[in-house]
Amino acid sequence: MRNFSNTYIYTFSVIMVVIVALLLSLAAMQLKPFQDKNIEIEKKQNILASVRINSTPKDAQDLYAKYITESFVVNNIGEKLEGEDAFTIDMKSELSKPAAERKLPVFVGTLENGSKTYVTPLRGKGLWGPIWGYVSFEPDMNTIYGALFDHQGETPGLGAEITMDWFEDPFRGKTIFKDSTEFVSVKVLKGGAPDGDPHAVDAISGGTITSKGLEAMLDSCLVQYKTYFLSNRQ
Amino acid sequence: MSSNKNSKLLSNPFNLENPVTVQILGICSALAVTVKLKPAIVMGLSVIVVTAFSNLVISWMRNSIPPRIRIIVQLVIVASMVILVDQVLRAFVYDVSKQLSVYVGLIITNCIIMGRLEAFAMGNKPWPSLIDGIGNGIGYAMILIVVAFIRELFGSGTLLGYKIIPQAFFDAGYVNNGMMIMPTMALILVGVIIWIQRSYFKQLNEKE
Repeated sequence: MRNFSNTYIYTFSVIMVVIVALLLSLAAMQLKPFQDKNIEIEKKQNILASVRINSTPKDAQDLYAKYITESFVVNNIGEKLEGEDAFTIDMKSELSKPAAERKLPVFVGTLENGSKTYVTPLRGKGLWGPIWGYVSFEPDMNTIYGALFDHQGETPGLGAEITMDWFEDPFRGKTIFKDSTEFVSVKVLKGGAPDGDPHAVDAISGGTITSKGLEAMLDSCLVQYKTYFLSNRQ
Repeated sequence: MSSNKNSKLLSNPFNLENPVTVQILGICSALAVTVKLKPAIVMGLSVIVVTAFSNLVISWMRNSIPPRIRIIVQLVIVASMVILVDQVLRAFVYDVSKQLSVYVGLIITNCIIMGRLEAFAMGNKPWPSLIDGIGNGIGYAMILIVVAFIRELFGSGTLLGYKIIPQAFFDAGYVNNGMMIMPTMALILVGVIIWIQRSYFKQLNEKE
């Protein structure tokens, strides 16, 4: 085995690190536009799914342009903020601001029959990492029209079930206001929601912490829109 | 190097020196990504690319790598390969990259790669090393695909997302086996494969 001097080892390491760094940054820069495009398409697919429109990565752009006819930003006292792009708002950074300064996006979907739905983004904590989603409301700003949830790393088969239709579909038709003014959100109940309860759905067996996190996410994100909902319902 | 020897390098890891069932390397990812066939195939391909090229690069550099820092050098090469693979997946097969999530990053720690670098690439010429890398990558991918095939078929009733088990079966009371979706079942399946392989190829059995 050859003996290498310390100078050689240092020089070798420095050259190796520089070459590798150059290669990796070059690759990252070249591929960035494609990756951003994918993330944008996924977000559009998610918003579409919350208004019950299925899309594939290929047709998501067109369907989004067709069905999501308007988007705007409100604050937590229901005032519209001008000059903001709802689509590029990152909920994670908004939620770290004080409640009064948050910019809250609303996406308006116009369905085949001409009726409107109002989509609000959600973000919260699951068991292993962030969970997020989109909930769409009927024009009464009370009844849920559709819901979509996603997660970063919840346990497959347990917490990760929040992305499944069997979990998402029961949200349809639930209402978030009791006696039309009191905000109650939608509860995710362990052991199952009682039949006909308009403010609760079944939790996931074995996914208690994810279910609890999802319930907290619904409550904390939707309450921000409370004033907007109450003053704009039809 | 005779081509006979090279073809042995390629085909030995398929069976008698299979990285998963004989060398027992790379089990963790074999459990994690085999619920569905598609991520298993992509993971297999990614590992083939990474083992092949890291073997090639390390073997090509082997005489100039100072032995005292060789593990660090290997890690740097493997890590950069993996980051490249991850970036490419994210750019061109986004949905698969989402499913693989952390496991792509974990290729870095996949024992197959470091094992082959230390055991083979550090002491052999680039061409045989490349073949050895491809062979071991394929050996790993084969097991992944077999396990994923069984798990997806019986766990979800589909293959590559297409429905295989006809609706009539479900109507007649057939249900998907929820156990198949759990990682435990992958371990049991790998165990069964090892059992079958060992009872067929007696030379694999340890001497009493």
